[in-house]
Parts: sequence; C-alpha cells; structure tokens
Amino acid sequence: MTTETKKDPILVVIQLTGGNDYVNTVVPYTSSTYYDNRSNLGVAPEDVLPIDAEFGLNPALAPLKRLYDDGKVAIINGIGYPNPNRSHFRSMDIWHTCEPDKIGDEGWLGRVIRDLDPKHENVLKGVNFGRGLPRSMSLTGVPVASVAMLEAYGILTGIQGEPDRGEALDLFAKMYRPMIGSGPVMEYIGQTGLDALKGADILKTAPTLYNSNVEYADSPIGRNLQGIAKVLLSGFETQVFYTMHGGYDTHANQGPFHPKLLGDLSQAISDFYDDLREHEASDNVLMFVFTEFGRRVKDNGSGTDHGAGGVAFAVGDPVKGGMHSEYPSLLPADLVEGDLEFNIDFRGVYGTIVEKWLGLDPVPVVGGHFEQLEFV
Amino acid sequence: MTTIATDKALVAHLLRRAGFGATFQEIDKFAEMGYEETVDYLLHPERVPDIDEDLLERYYIDWKESRNIEGALVETVYRFNARAGVRPMQEKIALFWHHVFATGLAKVLHEKTLLNQIDMFRDYGLGSYRDLLVHLAKDPAMIFWLDNNVNHKGAINENWGRELLELFSMGIGMDGKDNYTENDVQEVARAFTGWTMDDDNTASIPFGKTPWLFKFDADDHDYGEKTVLGETGNFTGEDVIDIIAKQPSTARFICRHLYNFFVADEVQVPSWRDTAPLDPEAIRIMEDAYFESNYDIRSILKVVFNSEFFKNARFQKVKSPAEVVCGTMHIVGSYKFPDQRFFEEALECRYMNQDLLNPPSVEGWHTGKEWIDSGSLVERINYVADELSDTTKPGVRAMVDNLLSRQSEFTPEGLIEGCLELLGYFELKDKTRSDLIELVYRAGEIRTDNPEDRMFAEQLMLRTLKMIGATREYQFA
Repeated sequence: MTTETKKDPILVVIQLTGGNDYVNTVVPYTSSTYYDNRSNLGVAPEDVLPIDAEFGLNPALAPLKRLYDDGKVAIINGIGYPNPNRSHFRSMDIWHTCEPDKIGDEGWLGRVIRDLDPKHENVLKGVNFGRGLPRSMSLTGVPVASVAMLEAYGILTGIQGEPDRGEALDLFAKMYRPMIGSGPVMEYIGQTGLDALKGADILKTAPTLYNSNVEYADSPIGRNLQGIAKVLLSGFETQVFYTMHGGYDTHANQGPFHPKLLGDLSQAISDFYDDLREHEASDNVLMFVFTEFGRRVKDNGSGTDHGAGGVAFAVGDPVKGGMHSEYPSLLPADLVEGDLEFNIDFRGVYGTIVEKWLGLDPVPVVGGHFEQLEFV
Repeated sequence: MTTIATDKALVAHLLRRAGFGATFQEIDKFAEMGYEETVDYLLHPERVPDIDEDLLERYYIDWKESRNIEGALVETVYRFNARAGVRPMQEKIALFWHHVFATGLAKVLHEKTLLNQIDMFRDYGLGSYRDLLVHLAKDPAMIFWLDNNVNHKGAINENWGRELLELFSMGIGMDGKDNYTENDVQEVARAFTGWTMDDDNTASIPFGKTPWLFKFDADDHDYGEKTVLGETGNFTGEDVIDIIAKQPSTARFICRHLYNFFVADEVQVPSWRDTAPLDPEAIRIMEDAYFESNYDIRSILKVVFNSEFFKNARFQKVKSPAEVVCGTMHIVGSYKFPDQRFFEEALECRYMNQDLLNPPSVEGWHTGKEWIDSGSLVERINYVADELSDTTKPGVRAMVDNLLSRQSEFTPEGLIEGCLELLGYFELKDKTRSDLIELVYRAGEIRTDNPEDRMFAEQLMLRTLKMIGATREYQFA
C-alpha cells in the first residue's frame, strides 16, 4: 500500500532593491496621462506586451508574459502602506518588519520560519542566497542559512584530514555553546555559529544531488535562483527562500538600465520555473516578487525619483493568475505628492500568503488584520 | 595584568580602532612612545613619510589598473594594508567616511573617479567637517551617484539634497523629532543646481577612463532666494553647508557616527531619531569638541582617544569585514609588495558582506552585530583561521619564533596566553579559555629544547592560533 504524502508549501521571495518603477513595468498604454508624465521614458503602445485593453507588460518581461499567459502570474496592483516613506532604507525596513510606525528588528519571514518550525528542528527551514542576511529573515533564535556560494560552504575548511578536522569542529561546537552572562551579541554569534555548523554539513551535499537540463541565462539573479533550485530539489525541507536583485534606483539613465534589469529578472524566473517543472517540483512553490516603493509618476528627464504605490508579483502553479487589486489612478487630482496612491496594504498581501499558502495565522506575522486578496 | 601589560593592551586597543591593528613589535614600540604621544602620532599622518607607490609598480605593474569594481576594491584594500604600518589613521578615517558617505560603483561605474573620492577622504577626512562637506558636494562620483548632474535650475532632482540632510549631516531626526521638512530638501536641492561634472571621456582613449572633474555651470544655477532650516537668502551650496554644519543635530549625528565606528557599536542609524545614544555623556563631550574646534574631526578624535569611555570600550565592537581582512593581513605581514594572489584575498571583504566601493545602497552598511550572519561568520572564521596558522607568512613566523624562544617548557595556559598577547592582547572568556586549554592539554608536554619537540610545539601553537581566530571573541575589536 502506498500513501501519498502532501508536499509542504514553499515560498521563494525575490526582493527588487532600489524601488522598481511600477508604471513602466505594468504600463497603462492607453492612458494619455501616462504619456504626458513620461515624455522621456514612456514605453510606446506598440512595444508593450498587452494583457488587456488598458495594461501591458514592459517588453523586457517577455519570459514573464509567457507564464502570465499560462495563468501562472498574479499582478498585485497598487501595493503599499499608509504614509509612505521615500527613504530606501526605511521603506525596505517597513516591508521587512511590517512596522511602519516604529523601528522593528524582527523580520516577517523570521516569524514565518519560527511558526513553520516552532521547535527549531531544521536549521535550513529558511535559506537566503546572497550577501548578508536580509532583515526580513532576521529573528533572534531563528536559524537561517545565508549562502553566498553553495559550493564553498563549510566551517574550518582549511583543516583537512582526521582526527584534526573532527577535533577542531568538536572544539568549535563547544566554544560556541551558550555562555551565561556574555551578552546578547556573543549569544547571537554563538547560535549563528552552531547553526552554520549544522547547516553546512547538510548543504554541502546539495550540488552533488542536483542535475538539470535547464540552462540558466547568466546573471546575478539567475545564479541565485539556480542556487535556490539546487537546495529546493535536494529535499532538505526548506520552506522559505530569499534572494535580492539590485539596481532599481533609476534616478537617471533609466532608459537602458530598467529594461536590462527586468529582462534578467524575468528570464531568471522563467528558467527557475522550468527547472522546477522538469523535476515535477513546481506545484508547491510560490514565488513572490516585491520592491520597497514605486517611482514618481512624472519622470525627471532621464530617470524617476522615489515614489509610493507599487506593484508586486506572485508567480507559480499555486497562483490564480491575472490582475489583482486596482491599478491606481494616474490623474493629477488622485496623486499624493506626485505619487500613486496605494490601494492594497502589503501586510494584507503577506497575510494572504501566510494564511492561504503557508497555512499559518497571519496576525502575529504581519502585526494585525489586513484585507487579503484571492491570488492563491 | 602588570602595568606594562596594561599599557600595551591599551595601545593595542588604540591601534585596532585608529588603524588596522598592530604587530607585537609595533605594540612594543608604541607602548614605549607612550599612549598620548601615540594618539598624536596617529592623528598626524602627514608627518610620516608616505608609501612610495611608484616603487610598488616595479613588483606588479597592474596593481592599480582598476579596470572594474573588483580592481577598485583590490586597490583600496592594498592601500589600507600598505599604510597600516605607516599612516593607519589616514586609512581608517577614509574607511570611516566611506561608511558614512557610501558611494557605489554599481551605479558610478567609473573606478578612478571613485578612488579619487576615497583619496579625498584621506586628504581632508581629519580636518574641518564643513570643508569636507564642500569637497563631498563637489566630488564627481558623489554628484553622479546622487544625480546632482541632472539637478537643474527650474527642474530639480532632489536626491543629493535629501541624502545630504538625511544621511550625511543632520539625520532624519533627533530626540524623537524631525530635523527638517520636505521643503528644506527641495530648497537645498535648488542651492546645488549647476554643481555638475565634466564627464568627457573620449579624449582618454586608449589609456582608460580619465577621472571626472567637478564643474560649476553658472547658467544652470538657481540664484533665487531660498529658505533653508529657517534662514532665508540667495544661498549657494556653500552657504547651505555653513547652515547645516552649525546645526546641533549635525553635531549629534556626526558624533554618533564617530562613536559607532571608533568606540562601541550603537543601534543602527535609522533608529537614531527615536533612540538616545548608548553613552549620552560621551556624545555630549564629543559635541562640545565639535563646536569648540570649529567642526575639526581631528580634535574630536583626540578627545575620544584620550577619554576614559574609549579606554573602557575594549572589544565592544564587532569588527567590520575590512577590519578583519586588513587587520589579519597586517598582523601576518602579507604583501609587503603586491602580487597576483592579493586580488583573491582582498575580495574576502566582499564575501564577508562588505563589498568596498560598492555598498548595498546610499545608506551604507549596517554595522555591529549585523555584520554577522551564518554566511559571513563562516567566511570570517575560515579566512582568519587559515591566515593565522600559515608559517609562510612572515608575521606568523615571527610570532612563533618569538614565543617559542622565550622558554624551554610551556604549560597549556602559558602557550595560550602567549598567543593572545602576540595577537594584540586579545581576551577570551573563561569558558572559551578552558575549552581551548583542554585541547592543548590533551597534546601532552610542550617543550622547545630539542628540534623534534620544538617542531611539535610549533604545530600546537599554530593550531592554537587557528582556534583563537575561530572564536567568538575574535570577532570583536
């Protein structure tokens, strides 16, 4: 007799750092107001990839459009939060912590990982690919592996041969045990060291377990998503992955730069999806793509300044594709200090993912009750 | 500790903060010179002959080609390392201002121009903060980084104006209140219209890119009346910097940055509006020095380094990756002259989460505990452990020979103490120390009076150095 085991839901979060320009990503190509405001940077109507009679995707998003046409992409319009902050640092902190009114140091995904694995049984429940740990995953006592390069991961790799290596790692584990009265930073480093030690032993097997026919286009985001695929497909029961794609702060010279970024991003997402699909692992993976804010509606000549309301995407088999939430009005009277007004609080979107996809109580994760959407 | 050991430990502490650490020979030299004299010596790098960069090209002609982001990082780390034994404070203050005025090649894409900015920090970083801000406002890498080249009369781009106030001088708020308004941001931006750059690169082909230069375009400057922080006038950019420099919030913000970098880890910068300083009395003393010295950074640091709050702050800071890498290079004596291996080693800074000359954003790096995550901790441990136990490095060789020639027999405790002292009077918590003693104790007798035993003692000492480098305590400076 065989029993079918239900696969755990997996979330892959992609952060677009710098503030992605919403109106040039999902283009309102019949709006004269759009073209009036974007006299230098508007995407011409004949170039957009139409998704309906009013809106179309930037032509650099062709790989994403393919997934959209298959019903795998939910476009979450007008996402933001009240009293938008136009500082990158602060706004990203707000998205990471769900704390718009005070400085928080707990990440929403840190809380998700805690609730997915309350007994801390799996040091690889959350894995970040890239430099440094994003605050969104940071929560004291919650281990998260942060991997720059999968192939080179391990502790005291300079010591080879037994018994030396075994002895050194034993001593390392002893020295990093909790130490009463040593202070929070020492305790934090101790726990980080022990978790890294455990995680490294498991992760080092991932590259050898991975085999795929999908060739990823070479880009920073492509390399990171391929790293995620390697770990995801190795069966370590990781449920939260995170990575970043930087460079979206297009104050100047947006013309060539922004399409390049969108092209790399959408190709990487498409390659990643195909890789999962090849391994019959796409049905339980949800990708979520967000940025700290959209950009000012009116361009500044060669670029765009920091704005407010933006766009997020949910991608994957579990997604109910299409346009979700309203695209905010571009009419001058409806703008707030020149920026789009948000109409869906990001905490409601997080809440949707937390409750409908991960099956957790969203209230402690996002800090309250917020309107949810129907994209999962 | 004996008085002499205390003096040496204090000098070692000073050198870790005002430089990239010190070899045991340097510690002896500075301890003899005296603490306050050492402070003066460090704060006047211009009195010490500089390295001869032309000579270095004879060893590795390409070392300062800087064709790309990695090349620029390598060149920067090279200078930090090369001057760590002659003008450490000059390099450390350049690193400090790079933390605060974080400018990145991800956008600037012009290595020599950004390297000139770092040199500008070397030249002016210890002088008047007001003058430094003027140099910064005229720095072409900064102008491009924050789009002041497209900040035009009648069509402002507020990026530079905003970050000048938020990140480079006043901070967003203090004591729970905002420091400036959105209107101030726009008026400041107006004052800097026409501050642009000469970015004609065509003439330099085929010799690589010529560094950009500052250019004032009078036709594009808005000479109209502006109101900035409550003052009204036909202000130029320099006038605005005069107004900014005299704000109490600027004194607070810059002193907190200096404290966070040179004394002890503070909470992260975005919390400063609402969170009081860790040591309000220390900040008050520094603020007084700021105004009394007419914003002179050297004078503030002199007060800091000679203060009790500084002397009591040993190991109260998590080392930045640049401190880990350059500090290790200095102590093991790598790279008296450049060679190709240097390239890969300098990139360790990036692997530990500090991609010099390419910060994650204009806000720079989060510091303190936030340097550490499981990825960066693994990089730190592996790099330091390997370097400290490599006897092909002259500094390691010297430490081994120095310690093992002192006595013919060592206790495990004595061997560990000797290693800690040679590394700059590091301290281990009792529990870590006893874990380490256990390992050394198991190895048996430690003798140096015949070649075979000496060889064994050396191996044991190298293992000890390696494990000290892997401790939690070693992550602090």
